[in-house]
Amino acid sequence: MIEGRIWKYGDHVNTDLIIPGRYLDNYDVPTLAEHAMEDIDPLFVSKVRRGDILVAGRNFGCGSSREQAPLVLKEKGVGAIVAVSFARIFYRNAINIGLPVVVADLTSLDEGDVLSIDLSRGLLRSASGWESSFRPLPPQLLELLEKGGLVSSLRERFKH
Amino acid sequence: MSGRTFAQKVLSRASGTEAEVGDTVVATVDLAMSHENAALVSRIFHEIGAPAVWDPEKIVLVFDHRIPASTISAAEGHKTVREFAEKKGIINFYRHGEGICHQVLPEKGHVRPGALIVGSDSHTSTYGAFGAFATGIGATEMAAVWATGELWFRVPETLRIINEGVLPPYTMSKDLMLRIIGDIGADGANYRCVEYVGEAVDEMTISSRMVLCNMAIEMGAKAGVCFPDQKTRDYLAARSVSLDGELFSDEDAEMSHCELDVSDLVPLVAAPHSVDNVCSASSLSDMTVDQAVLGSCTNGRLEDLHAAASLLDGKSISPSVRLIVVPASKEVYRMAMEDGTLATLADAGGIVVNPGCGPCLGAHQGLLASGERAIATTNRNFRGRMGSPEAEIYLASPLTVAASALRGRITDPRELMS
Repeated sequence: MIEGRIWKYGDHVNTDLIIPGRYLDNYDVPTLAEHAMEDIDPLFVSKVRRGDILVAGRNFGCGSSREQAPLVLKEKGVGAIVAVSFARIFYRNAINIGLPVVVADLTSLDEGDVLSIDLSRGLLRSASGWESSFRPLPPQLLELLEKGGLVSSLRERFKH
Repeated sequence: MSGRTFAQKVLSRASGTEAEVGDTVVATVDLAMSHENAALVSRIFHEIGAPAVWDPEKIVLVFDHRIPASTISAAEGHKTVREFAEKKGIINFYRHGEGICHQVLPEKGHVRPGALIVGSDSHTSTYGAFGAFATGIGATEMAAVWATGELWFRVPETLRIINEGVLPPYTMSKDLMLRIIGDIGADGANYRCVEYVGEAVDEMTISSRMVLCNMAIEMGAKAGVCFPDQKTRDYLAARSVSLDGELFSDEDAEMSHCELDVSDLVPLVAAPHSVDNVCSASSLSDMTVDQAVLGSCTNGRLEDLHAAASLLDGKSISPSVRLIVVPASKEVYRMAMEDGTLATLADAGGIVVNPGCGPCLGAHQGLLASGERAIATTNRNFRGRMGSPEAEIYLASPLTVAASALRGRITDPRELMS
Protein backbone atom coordinates (compact mmCIF):
# COMPACT_ATOMS: atom_id res chain seq x y z
CA MET A 1 0.00 0.00 0.00
CA ILE A 2 1.31 3.42 -0.99
CA GLU A 3 0.12 6.51 0.85
CA GLY A 4 1.14 10.12 0.42
CA ARG A 5 0.19 13.74 -0.20
CA ILE A 6 -0.52 14.62 -3.78
CA TRP A 7 1.11 17.30 -5.90
CA LYS A 8 -0.71 18.18 -9.10
CA TYR A 9 0.62 18.93 -12.58
CA GLY A 10 -1.01 19.42 -15.98
CA ASP A 11 -0.83 17.69 -19.37
CA HIS A 12 2.36 16.88 -21.34
CA VAL A 13 4.85 17.26 -18.48
CA ASN A 14 7.95 16.44 -20.54
CA THR A 15 11.28 14.96 -19.53
CA ASP A 16 13.09 18.29 -20.09
CA LEU A 17 10.83 19.79 -17.41
CA ILE A 18 11.40 16.85 -15.06
CA ILE A 19 15.18 17.05 -15.48
CA PRO A 20 16.67 19.56 -17.94
CA GLY A 21 19.27 18.32 -20.43
CA ARG A 22 21.73 21.00 -19.32
CA TYR A 23 22.46 18.98 -16.15
CA LEU A 24 22.78 15.57 -17.74
CA ASP A 25 26.56 15.57 -18.09
CA ASN A 26 26.47 14.51 -14.44
CA TYR A 27 25.46 10.91 -13.73
CA ASP A 28 25.26 11.26 -9.95
CA VAL A 29 21.54 10.91 -9.26
CA PRO A 30 21.41 12.63 -5.82
CA THR A 31 23.18 15.68 -7.33
CA LEU A 32 20.90 15.68 -10.37
CA ALA A 33 17.82 15.27 -8.22
CA GLU A 34 18.37 18.73 -6.72
CA HIS A 35 17.19 20.04 -10.13
CA ALA A 36 14.08 17.85 -10.38
CA MET A 37 11.11 19.72 -11.85
CA GLU A 38 12.90 23.07 -11.51
CA ASP A 39 11.68 24.54 -14.79
CA ILE A 40 8.03 23.77 -14.02
CA ASP A 41 7.96 23.98 -10.23
CA PRO A 42 11.05 25.58 -8.64
CA LEU A 43 9.74 24.77 -5.15
CA PHE A 44 9.38 21.06 -5.86
CA VAL A 45 12.58 19.82 -4.22
CA SER A 46 11.95 21.82 -1.06
CA LYS A 47 8.34 20.78 -0.63
CA VAL A 48 8.28 17.12 -1.70
CA ARG A 49 8.46 14.53 1.09
CA ARG A 50 9.11 10.81 1.04
CA GLY A 51 6.03 8.95 -0.14
CA ASP A 52 4.37 11.91 -1.87
CA ILE A 53 2.39 11.15 -5.02
CA LEU A 54 2.40 13.11 -8.27
CA VAL A 55 -0.96 13.48 -10.03
CA ALA A 56 -0.91 14.64 -13.64
CA GLY A 57 -2.93 14.89 -16.82
CA ARG A 58 -2.20 13.40 -20.23
CA ASN A 59 1.10 12.18 -21.65
CA PHE A 60 3.23 12.47 -18.52
CA GLY A 61 6.95 12.03 -19.26
CA CYS A 62 6.83 12.73 -22.98
CA GLY A 63 10.03 13.51 -24.87
CA SER A 64 13.45 12.07 -24.19
CA SER A 65 14.25 8.49 -23.20
CA ARG A 66 16.33 9.81 -20.30
CA GLU A 67 15.89 7.48 -17.37
CA GLN A 68 17.16 10.23 -15.13
CA ALA A 69 13.58 11.61 -15.27
CA PRO A 70 11.95 8.87 -13.16
CA LEU A 71 15.23 8.40 -11.25
CA VAL A 72 15.30 11.95 -9.88
CA LEU A 73 11.63 11.77 -8.88
CA LYS A 74 12.25 8.50 -7.05
CA GLU A 75 15.38 9.96 -5.47
CA LYS A 76 13.37 12.88 -4.10
CA GLY A 77 11.02 10.42 -2.47
CA VAL A 78 8.10 10.29 -4.90
CA GLY A 79 6.19 7.12 -4.05
CA ALA A 80 4.05 6.87 -7.18
CA ILE A 81 2.81 8.82 -10.18
CA VAL A 82 -0.85 8.77 -11.20
CA ALA A 83 -1.58 10.25 -14.62
CA VAL A 84 -4.39 10.20 -17.17
CA SER A 85 -1.82 8.76 -19.60
CA PHE A 86 1.94 8.30 -19.82
CA ALA A 87 4.46 8.54 -22.63
CA ARG A 88 5.63 4.99 -23.25
CA ILE A 89 9.37 5.26 -22.60
CA PHE A 90 8.81 7.05 -19.30
CA TYR A 91 6.25 4.45 -18.32
CA ARG A 92 8.65 1.58 -19.00
CA ASN A 93 11.56 3.36 -17.31
CA ALA A 94 9.54 4.02 -14.17
CA ILE A 95 8.55 0.37 -13.82
CA ASN A 96 12.07 -0.79 -14.58
CA ILE A 97 13.55 1.36 -11.79
CA GLY A 98 10.80 0.36 -9.37
CA LEU A 99 8.72 3.56 -9.35
CA PRO A 100 4.99 2.71 -9.43
CA VAL A 101 2.93 4.34 -12.19
CA VAL A 102 -0.86 4.24 -12.30
CA VAL A 103 -3.09 5.22 -15.20
CA ALA A 104 -6.11 7.01 -13.74
CA ASP A 105 -7.74 10.44 -13.90
CA LEU A 106 -7.35 12.07 -10.48
CA THR A 107 -7.19 15.60 -11.82
CA SER A 108 -10.33 16.53 -9.87
CA LEU A 109 -8.60 15.90 -6.52
CA ASP A 110 -7.15 18.81 -4.58
CA GLU A 111 -3.46 19.32 -4.07
CA GLY A 112 -2.38 18.30 -0.57
CA ASP A 113 -5.10 15.65 -0.26
CA VAL A 114 -3.74 12.32 0.96
CA LEU A 115 -4.09 9.40 -1.43
CA SER A 116 -3.64 5.70 -0.83
CA ILE A 117 -2.95 3.27 -3.68
CA ASP A 118 -3.34 -0.49 -3.60
CA LEU A 119 -1.31 -1.54 -6.64
CA SER A 120 -2.21 -5.21 -6.72
CA ARG A 121 -5.95 -4.72 -6.20
CA GLY A 122 -6.16 -1.57 -8.29
CA LEU A 123 -7.78 0.65 -5.67
CA LEU A 124 -7.42 4.38 -5.05
CA ARG A 125 -8.76 6.13 -1.96
CA SER A 126 -8.32 9.70 -0.78
CA ALA A 127 -8.45 11.00 2.79
CA SER A 128 -11.21 13.34 1.65
CA GLY A 129 -13.42 10.30 0.99
CA TRP A 130 -13.05 9.84 -2.79
CA GLU A 131 -12.64 6.30 -4.16
CA SER A 132 -11.86 4.81 -7.53
CA SER A 133 -10.34 1.78 -9.15
CA PHE A 134 -7.89 1.10 -11.97
CA ARG A 135 -6.70 -1.90 -13.92
CA PRO A 136 -3.70 -3.31 -12.05
CA LEU A 137 -0.45 -3.98 -13.91
CA PRO A 138 0.03 -7.51 -15.28
CA PRO A 139 1.44 -9.89 -12.61
CA GLN A 140 4.94 -10.02 -14.09
CA LEU A 141 5.28 -6.22 -13.97
CA LEU A 142 3.86 -6.06 -10.42
CA GLU A 143 6.47 -8.62 -9.47
CA LEU A 144 9.15 -6.47 -11.10
CA LEU A 145 8.01 -3.47 -9.02
CA GLU A 146 7.96 -5.56 -5.83
CA LYS A 147 11.52 -6.69 -6.48
CA GLY A 148 12.56 -3.05 -6.82
CA GLY A 149 12.93 -3.06 -10.60
CA LEU A 150 14.63 -4.82 -13.48
CA VAL A 151 18.16 -4.73 -12.04
CA SER A 152 17.23 -6.63 -8.88
CA SER A 153 15.30 -9.11 -10.95
CA LEU A 154 18.20 -9.72 -13.36
CA ARG A 155 20.74 -9.89 -10.54
CA GLU A 156 18.97 -13.01 -9.31
CA ARG A 157 19.27 -14.53 -12.77
CA PHE A 158 23.02 -13.92 -12.98
CA LYS A 159 23.71 -15.10 -9.43
CA HIS A 160 23.33 -18.71 -10.53
CA MET B 1 -7.14 -15.12 -40.58
CA SER B 2 -6.65 -11.43 -41.24
CA GLY B 3 -3.36 -10.04 -42.43
CA ARG B 4 -0.49 -9.07 -40.20
CA THR B 5 1.12 -5.71 -39.60
CA PHE B 6 4.77 -4.82 -40.03
CA ALA B 7 5.14 -4.45 -36.24
CA GLN B 8 3.61 -7.88 -35.70
CA LYS B 9 5.88 -9.48 -38.26
CA VAL B 10 9.10 -8.00 -36.87
CA LEU B 11 8.25 -8.78 -33.25
CA SER B 12 7.04 -12.28 -34.19
CA ARG B 13 10.28 -13.05 -35.98
CA ALA B 14 12.41 -11.62 -33.16
CA SER B 15 10.50 -13.51 -30.46
CA GLY B 16 9.95 -16.77 -32.34
CA THR B 17 6.18 -16.52 -31.81
CA GLU B 18 3.07 -15.70 -33.85
CA ALA B 19 2.43 -12.50 -31.94
CA GLU B 20 -0.97 -10.82 -31.95
CA VAL B 21 -1.45 -7.09 -31.49
CA GLY B 22 -1.56 -6.38 -27.74
CA ASP B 23 0.53 -9.45 -26.79
CA THR B 24 3.63 -8.94 -24.70
CA VAL B 25 6.58 -10.85 -26.15
CA VAL B 26 10.19 -11.32 -25.15
CA ALA B 27 12.25 -10.62 -28.27
CA THR B 28 15.95 -10.81 -29.12
CA VAL B 29 17.12 -7.51 -30.54
CA ASP B 30 19.29 -7.24 -33.64
CA LEU B 31 21.12 -4.05 -32.68
CA ALA B 32 21.49 -1.95 -29.53
CA MET B 33 22.65 1.67 -29.78
CA SER B 34 23.74 3.99 -26.99
CA HIS B 35 25.36 7.42 -26.94
CA GLU B 36 26.96 9.16 -23.96
CA ASN B 37 24.35 7.69 -21.64
CA ALA B 38 26.28 4.43 -22.07
CA ALA B 39 28.11 5.73 -18.98
CA LEU B 40 24.91 5.28 -17.00
CA VAL B 41 24.08 2.03 -18.80
CA SER B 42 27.52 0.56 -18.00
CA ARG B 43 27.05 1.35 -14.31
CA ILE B 44 23.69 -0.46 -14.29
CA PHE B 45 25.24 -3.31 -16.30
CA HIS B 46 27.81 -3.80 -13.51
CA GLU B 47 25.01 -3.84 -10.92
CA ILE B 48 23.30 -6.64 -12.83
CA GLY B 49 26.43 -8.74 -12.49
CA ALA B 50 26.51 -10.29 -15.97
CA PRO B 51 29.97 -11.69 -16.76
CA ALA B 52 30.07 -10.35 -20.34
CA VAL B 53 27.93 -8.47 -22.87
CA TRP B 54 25.62 -10.69 -24.87
CA ASP B 55 27.11 -9.89 -28.25
CA PRO B 56 29.77 -7.15 -28.56
CA GLU B 57 29.21 -6.90 -32.33
CA LYS B 58 25.55 -5.99 -31.93
CA ILE B 59 26.24 -3.08 -29.61
CA VAL B 60 26.99 0.28 -31.21
CA LEU B 61 28.25 3.26 -29.23
CA VAL B 62 28.38 6.84 -30.51
CA PHE B 63 29.52 10.02 -28.77
CA ASP B 64 27.35 12.82 -30.11
CA HIS B 65 25.63 14.74 -27.30
CA ARG B 66 28.70 16.44 -25.84
CA ILE B 67 31.54 15.98 -28.31
CA PRO B 68 34.21 17.24 -27.81
CA ALA B 69 33.55 17.09 -24.07
CA SER B 70 31.83 20.29 -22.94
CA THR B 71 32.43 19.90 -19.19
CA ILE B 72 34.70 17.90 -16.90
CA SER B 73 31.73 15.67 -16.01
CA ALA B 74 31.13 14.98 -19.70
CA ALA B 75 34.81 14.12 -20.13
CA GLU B 76 34.62 11.71 -17.18
CA GLY B 77 31.55 10.10 -18.75
CA HIS B 78 33.38 9.65 -22.07
CA LYS B 79 36.30 8.06 -20.22
CA THR B 80 33.98 5.61 -18.44
CA VAL B 81 32.48 4.53 -21.77
CA ARG B 82 35.86 4.22 -23.52
CA GLU B 83 37.13 1.96 -20.74
CA PHE B 84 33.96 -0.13 -20.81
CA ALA B 85 34.09 -0.55 -24.61
CA GLU B 86 37.73 -1.56 -24.45
CA LYS B 87 37.12 -4.11 -21.69
CA LYS B 88 34.04 -5.64 -23.32
CA GLY B 89 35.42 -5.72 -26.85
CA ILE B 90 32.82 -3.35 -28.36
CA ILE B 91 34.32 -2.48 -31.72
CA ASN B 92 31.45 -0.49 -33.25
CA PHE B 93 32.42 2.58 -31.29
CA TYR B 94 32.24 6.01 -32.94
CA ARG B 95 33.95 8.34 -30.51
CA HIS B 96 35.75 10.93 -32.58
CA GLY B 97 32.97 13.16 -33.82
CA GLU B 98 31.66 10.88 -36.58
CA GLY B 99 28.28 12.50 -36.01
CA ILE B 100 24.85 11.99 -34.52
CA CYS B 101 24.03 8.37 -33.74
CA HIS B 102 20.87 8.40 -35.87
CA GLN B 103 22.84 9.55 -38.90
CA VAL B 104 25.98 7.52 -38.26
CA LEU B 105 24.28 4.13 -37.85
CA PRO B 106 22.66 4.11 -41.30
CA GLU B 107 25.77 5.64 -42.92
CA LYS B 108 28.01 2.96 -41.46
CA GLY B 109 25.70 0.17 -42.59
CA HIS B 110 24.34 -0.92 -39.21
CA VAL B 111 20.67 -0.48 -40.10
CA ARG B 112 18.87 -3.08 -42.21
CA PRO B 113 15.22 -3.54 -43.17
CA GLY B 114 13.15 -5.76 -40.90
CA ALA B 115 15.63 -5.50 -38.03
CA LEU B 116 14.54 -4.95 -34.43
CA ILE B 117 16.68 -2.08 -33.17
CA VAL B 118 16.68 -0.49 -29.73
CA GLY B 119 18.51 2.64 -28.69
CA SER B 120 18.79 4.48 -25.39
CA ASP B 121 17.60 7.60 -27.16
CA SER B 122 14.04 8.52 -28.02
CA HIS B 123 14.83 9.42 -31.64
CA THR B 124 15.92 5.84 -32.36
CA SER B 125 12.68 5.69 -34.35
CA THR B 126 14.66 7.37 -37.18
CA TYR B 127 15.88 3.96 -38.45
CA GLY B 128 12.31 3.20 -39.49
CA ALA B 129 13.12 5.19 -42.64
CA PHE B 130 15.01 2.05 -43.77
CA GLY B 131 12.20 -0.36 -42.94
CA ALA B 132 13.56 -1.32 -39.51
CA PHE B 133 11.42 -1.51 -36.38
CA ALA B 134 13.36 0.85 -34.14
CA THR B 135 12.39 2.19 -30.76
CA GLY B 136 13.81 4.17 -27.85
CA ILE B 137 14.37 2.56 -24.46
CA GLY B 138 15.80 3.61 -21.10
CA ALA B 139 19.19 2.99 -19.55
CA THR B 140 18.13 0.12 -17.28
CA GLU B 141 16.49 -1.67 -20.19
CA MET B 142 19.61 -1.13 -22.26
CA ALA B 143 21.73 -2.64 -19.50
CA ALA B 144 19.38 -5.63 -19.56
CA VAL B 145 19.81 -5.87 -23.35
CA TRP B 146 23.60 -5.71 -23.03
CA ALA B 147 23.40 -8.54 -20.50
CA THR B 148 20.84 -10.78 -22.22
CA GLY B 149 20.09 -9.50 -25.73
CA GLU B 150 16.41 -9.65 -24.83
CA LEU B 151 13.65 -7.27 -23.89
CA TRP B 152 9.88 -7.38 -23.47
CA PHE B 153 7.75 -5.57 -26.03
CA ARG B 154 4.03 -5.06 -26.28
CA VAL B 155 3.05 -5.59 -29.91
CA PRO B 156 1.68 -2.16 -30.82
CA GLU B 157 -1.40 -1.16 -32.74
CA THR B 158 -0.67 0.46 -36.10
CA LEU B 159 -1.63 3.85 -37.47
CA ARG B 160 -1.14 4.24 -41.21
CA ILE B 161 -0.81 7.83 -42.43
CA ILE B 162 -1.54 8.09 -46.14
CA ASN B 163 0.08 11.20 -47.61
CA GLU B 164 -1.41 11.93 -51.02
CA GLY B 165 -0.26 14.62 -53.43
CA VAL B 166 3.07 16.28 -54.00
CA LEU B 167 4.79 18.71 -51.62
CA PRO B 168 4.47 22.28 -52.96
CA PRO B 169 7.63 24.32 -53.63
CA TYR B 170 9.36 25.67 -50.52
CA THR B 171 7.79 23.06 -48.25
CA MET B 172 9.74 20.12 -46.91
CA SER B 173 9.07 16.86 -45.09
CA LYS B 174 9.53 18.81 -41.84
CA ASP B 175 6.47 20.92 -42.70
CA LEU B 176 4.51 17.75 -43.40
CA MET B 177 5.59 16.24 -40.07
CA LEU B 178 4.66 19.38 -38.14
CA ARG B 179 1.27 19.34 -39.81
CA ILE B 180 0.70 15.71 -38.82
CA ILE B 181 1.72 16.35 -35.21
CA GLY B 182 -0.36 19.52 -35.12
CA ASP B 183 -3.35 17.55 -36.38
CA ILE B 184 -3.17 14.50 -34.14
CA GLY B 185 -1.43 15.98 -31.09
CA ALA B 186 1.68 15.30 -29.01
CA ASP B 187 0.15 12.05 -27.75
CA GLY B 188 -1.88 11.29 -30.87
CA ALA B 189 0.09 8.15 -31.73
CA ASN B 190 0.92 7.00 -28.19
CA TYR B 191 2.29 3.45 -28.03
CA ARG B 192 1.57 2.86 -31.73
CA CYS B 193 3.63 2.00 -34.79
CA VAL B 194 3.12 4.69 -37.43
CA GLU B 195 3.41 3.73 -41.10
CA TYR B 196 3.97 6.58 -43.54
CA VAL B 197 2.76 5.77 -47.04
CA GLY B 198 1.41 7.51 -50.11
CA GLU B 199 2.62 9.45 -53.11
CA ALA B 200 4.34 12.18 -51.07
CA VAL B 201 6.40 9.59 -49.20
CA ASP B 202 7.19 7.63 -52.38
CA GLU B 203 8.54 10.83 -53.93
CA MET B 204 10.68 11.70 -50.92
CA THR B 205 14.41 11.21 -50.57
CA ILE B 206 15.68 8.91 -47.83
CA SER B 207 16.80 12.00 -45.87
CA SER B 208 13.27 13.42 -45.97
CA ARG B 209 11.78 10.10 -44.86
CA MET B 210 14.18 10.10 -41.92
CA VAL B 211 12.52 13.33 -40.72
CA LEU B 212 9.12 11.61 -40.58
CA CYS B 213 10.39 8.59 -38.66
CA ASN B 214 12.61 10.71 -36.42
CA MET B 215 9.71 12.82 -35.19
CA ALA B 216 7.26 9.92 -34.77
CA ILE B 217 8.22 10.01 -31.10
CA GLU B 218 6.97 13.61 -30.89
CA MET B 219 3.44 12.26 -31.21
CA GLY B 220 4.16 9.43 -28.78
CA ALA B 221 4.72 6.64 -31.30
CA LYS B 222 6.69 3.54 -30.41
CA ALA B 223 8.10 3.36 -33.92
CA GLY B 224 7.69 5.00 -37.31
CA VAL B 225 8.33 3.30 -40.63
CA CYS B 226 8.63 4.07 -44.34
CA PHE B 227 8.66 0.85 -46.33
CA PRO B 228 11.71 0.00 -48.46
CA ASP B 229 11.69 0.83 -52.16
CA GLN B 230 14.40 1.22 -54.80
CA LYS B 231 15.76 4.36 -53.10
CA THR B 232 16.16 2.48 -49.83
CA ARG B 233 17.81 -0.43 -51.60
CA ASP B 234 20.23 1.85 -53.44
CA TYR B 235 21.19 3.60 -50.20
CA LEU B 236 21.73 0.32 -48.36
CA ALA B 237 23.48 -1.46 -51.24
CA ALA B 238 26.04 1.36 -51.34
CA ARG B 239 26.77 0.48 -47.72
CA SER B 240 26.87 -3.29 -48.28
CA VAL B 241 23.77 -3.90 -46.17
CA SER B 242 21.81 -7.11 -46.69
CA LEU B 243 18.35 -6.54 -48.15
CA ASP B 244 17.00 -9.97 -47.20
CA GLY B 245 14.93 -8.99 -44.21
CA GLU B 246 12.39 -6.60 -45.79
CA LEU B 247 8.96 -6.81 -44.14
CA PHE B 248 5.70 -5.10 -45.10
CA SER B 249 2.23 -4.96 -43.58
CA ASP B 250 -0.32 -7.15 -45.34
CA GLU B 251 -2.93 -5.12 -47.19
CA ASP B 252 -5.75 -6.64 -45.11
CA ALA B 253 -4.00 -6.15 -41.75
CA GLU B 254 -6.07 -4.44 -39.10
CA MET B 255 -4.99 -0.87 -38.39
CA SER B 256 -6.29 2.68 -38.18
CA HIS B 257 -5.88 5.00 -41.11
CA CYS B 258 -5.53 8.71 -41.51
CA GLU B 259 -5.43 10.38 -44.90
CA LEU B 260 -4.14 13.76 -45.84
CA ASP B 261 -3.53 15.72 -48.98
CA VAL B 262 -0.16 17.45 -48.89
CA SER B 263 -0.69 19.58 -51.98
CA ASP B 264 -1.94 22.57 -49.97
CA LEU B 265 0.84 22.37 -47.40
CA VAL B 266 2.46 25.67 -46.38
CA PRO B 267 5.68 26.33 -44.40
CA LEU B 268 4.83 25.64 -40.74
CA VAL B 269 6.28 26.40 -37.34
CA ALA B 270 5.79 24.71 -33.95
CA ALA B 271 5.55 27.48 -31.36
CA PRO B 272 6.58 27.16 -27.69
CA HIS B 273 6.43 25.05 -25.66
CA SER B 274 5.04 21.93 -27.35
CA VAL B 275 5.59 20.34 -30.74
CA ASP B 276 1.87 20.16 -31.52
CA ASN B 277 1.45 23.94 -31.15
CA VAL B 278 1.63 24.40 -34.93
CA CYS B 279 0.86 27.46 -37.04
CA SER B 280 1.92 28.88 -40.40
CA ALA B 281 5.29 30.63 -40.62
CA SER B 282 3.61 33.62 -42.24
CA SER B 283 1.38 34.16 -39.19
CA LEU B 284 4.45 34.78 -37.01
CA SER B 285 6.19 37.37 -39.18
CA ASP B 286 6.34 39.92 -36.35
CA MET B 287 8.55 37.63 -34.25
CA THR B 288 12.22 38.60 -34.20
CA VAL B 289 14.77 35.85 -33.67
CA ASP B 290 18.12 35.89 -31.85
CA GLN B 291 19.37 32.49 -32.93
CA ALA B 292 18.77 30.15 -35.84
CA VAL B 293 19.87 26.52 -35.63
CA LEU B 294 20.39 24.37 -38.71
CA GLY B 295 21.16 20.79 -37.76
CA SER B 296 20.18 17.82 -35.51
CA CYS B 297 19.14 14.23 -36.18
CA THR B 298 15.97 15.71 -37.66
CA ASN B 299 17.40 18.16 -40.21
CA GLY B 300 21.20 18.18 -40.36
CA ARG B 301 21.66 16.22 -43.59
CA LEU B 302 23.10 17.36 -46.90
CA GLU B 303 19.71 18.18 -48.44
CA ASP B 304 18.93 20.36 -45.41
CA LEU B 305 22.20 22.26 -45.71
CA HIS B 306 21.62 22.59 -49.46
CA ALA B 307 18.12 23.96 -48.86
CA ALA B 308 19.44 26.62 -46.48
CA ALA B 309 22.36 27.46 -48.75
CA SER B 310 19.99 27.93 -51.71
CA LEU B 311 18.44 30.90 -49.87
CA LEU B 312 21.64 32.25 -48.32
CA ASP B 313 23.99 32.02 -51.31
CA GLY B 314 25.72 35.37 -51.78
CA LYS B 315 23.70 37.02 -49.01
CA SER B 316 24.32 37.96 -45.38
CA ILE B 317 22.07 36.95 -42.52
CA SER B 318 20.62 39.63 -40.27
CA PRO B 319 23.32 41.08 -38.01
CA SER B 320 21.11 40.44 -34.97
CA VAL B 321 20.99 36.68 -35.59
CA ARG B 322 23.45 33.93 -34.66
CA LEU B 323 23.13 31.13 -37.21
CA ILE B 324 24.56 27.85 -35.92
CA VAL B 325 25.17 25.18 -38.51
CA VAL B 326 25.67 21.60 -37.27
CA PRO B 327 26.12 18.95 -39.98
CA ALA B 328 24.61 15.66 -38.80
CA SER B 329 27.74 13.63 -39.48
CA LYS B 330 31.29 13.77 -40.68
CA GLU B 331 30.13 12.28 -44.00
CA VAL B 332 27.62 15.13 -44.39
CA TYR B 333 30.25 17.65 -43.25
CA ARG B 334 32.75 16.39 -45.79
CA MET B 335 30.28 16.44 -48.70
CA ALA B 336 29.07 19.91 -47.73
CA MET B 337 32.66 21.07 -47.49
CA GLU B 338 33.59 19.63 -50.87
CA ASP B 339 30.62 21.05 -52.75
CA GLY B 340 31.04 24.51 -51.20
CA THR B 341 27.87 24.48 -49.09
CA LEU B 342 29.71 25.07 -45.83
CA ALA B 343 31.57 28.01 -47.40
CA THR B 344 28.25 29.49 -48.56
CA LEU B 345 26.72 29.14 -45.08
CA ALA B 346 29.83 30.50 -43.34
CA ASP B 347 30.12 33.41 -45.78
CA ALA B 348 26.49 34.29 -45.12
CA GLY B 349 27.39 34.62 -41.43
CA GLY B 350 26.83 31.11 -40.11
CA ILE B 351 28.91 29.55 -37.34
CA VAL B 352 29.75 26.04 -38.54
CA VAL B 353 30.41 23.68 -35.64
CA ASN B 354 31.49 20.04 -35.59
CA PRO B 355 28.98 17.23 -36.28
CA GLY B 356 26.91 16.23 -33.28
CA CYS B 357 23.71 17.08 -31.44
CA GLY B 358 24.91 20.65 -30.93
CA PRO B 359 22.57 22.94 -29.00
CA CYS B 360 19.42 20.84 -29.61
CA LEU B 361 19.28 19.51 -26.07
CA GLY B 362 20.87 22.47 -24.35
CA ALA B 363 24.21 20.81 -23.74
CA HIS B 364 26.56 23.23 -25.52
CA GLN B 365 27.39 25.07 -28.77
CA GLY B 366 24.81 27.81 -28.58
CA LEU B 367 22.57 28.06 -25.54
CA LEU B 368 19.88 30.70 -25.18
CA ALA B 369 19.71 33.51 -22.64
CA SER B 370 16.48 34.48 -20.89
CA GLY B 371 14.10 36.38 -23.13
CA GLU B 372 15.79 35.13 -26.31
CA ARG B 373 14.02 33.44 -29.18
CA ALA B 374 15.40 30.72 -31.45
CA ILE B 375 14.11 29.17 -34.64
CA ALA B 376 15.53 25.70 -35.12
CA THR B 377 15.32 22.71 -37.41
CA THR B 378 15.48 20.50 -34.31
CA ASN B 379 12.70 18.34 -32.90
CA ARG B 380 11.70 19.69 -29.48
CA ASN B 381 10.66 23.14 -28.35
CA PHE B 382 10.14 22.25 -24.70
CA ARG B 383 10.69 24.97 -22.15
CA GLY B 384 14.36 25.06 -21.12
CA ARG B 385 15.39 22.61 -23.85
CA MET B 386 18.00 24.86 -25.46
CA GLY B 387 19.22 26.85 -22.47
CA SER B 388 17.32 29.29 -20.28
CA PRO B 389 13.78 28.23 -19.32
CA GLU B 390 12.86 31.85 -20.09
CA ALA B 391 13.83 31.45 -23.77
CA GLU B 392 11.52 30.45 -26.62
CA ILE B 393 12.14 27.80 -29.28
CA TYR B 394 10.26 27.65 -32.59
CA LEU B 395 10.66 24.57 -34.77
CA ALA B 396 10.67 24.77 -38.57
CA SER B 397 12.15 23.43 -41.79
CA PRO B 398 15.67 24.28 -42.98
CA LEU B 399 14.19 26.65 -45.58
CA THR B 400 12.12 28.52 -42.99
CA VAL B 401 15.08 28.69 -40.59
CA ALA B 402 17.35 30.07 -43.33
CA ALA B 403 14.75 32.61 -44.44
CA SER B 404 14.27 33.70 -40.81
CA ALA B 405 18.03 34.06 -40.27
CA LEU B 406 18.17 36.26 -43.35
CA ARG B 407 15.34 38.57 -42.30
CA GLY B 408 15.97 38.49 -38.54
CA ARG B 409 12.34 37.51 -37.95
CA ILE B 410 10.26 34.42 -38.55
CA THR B 411 9.82 34.29 -42.30
CA ASP B 412 7.85 32.16 -44.71
CA PRO B 413 10.54 31.12 -47.24
CA ARG B 414 8.09 31.68 -50.12
CA GLU B 415 8.54 35.43 -49.51
CA LEU B 416 12.08 35.00 -50.84
CA MET B 417 11.03 33.21 -54.02
CA SER B 418 12.91 34.59 -56.94
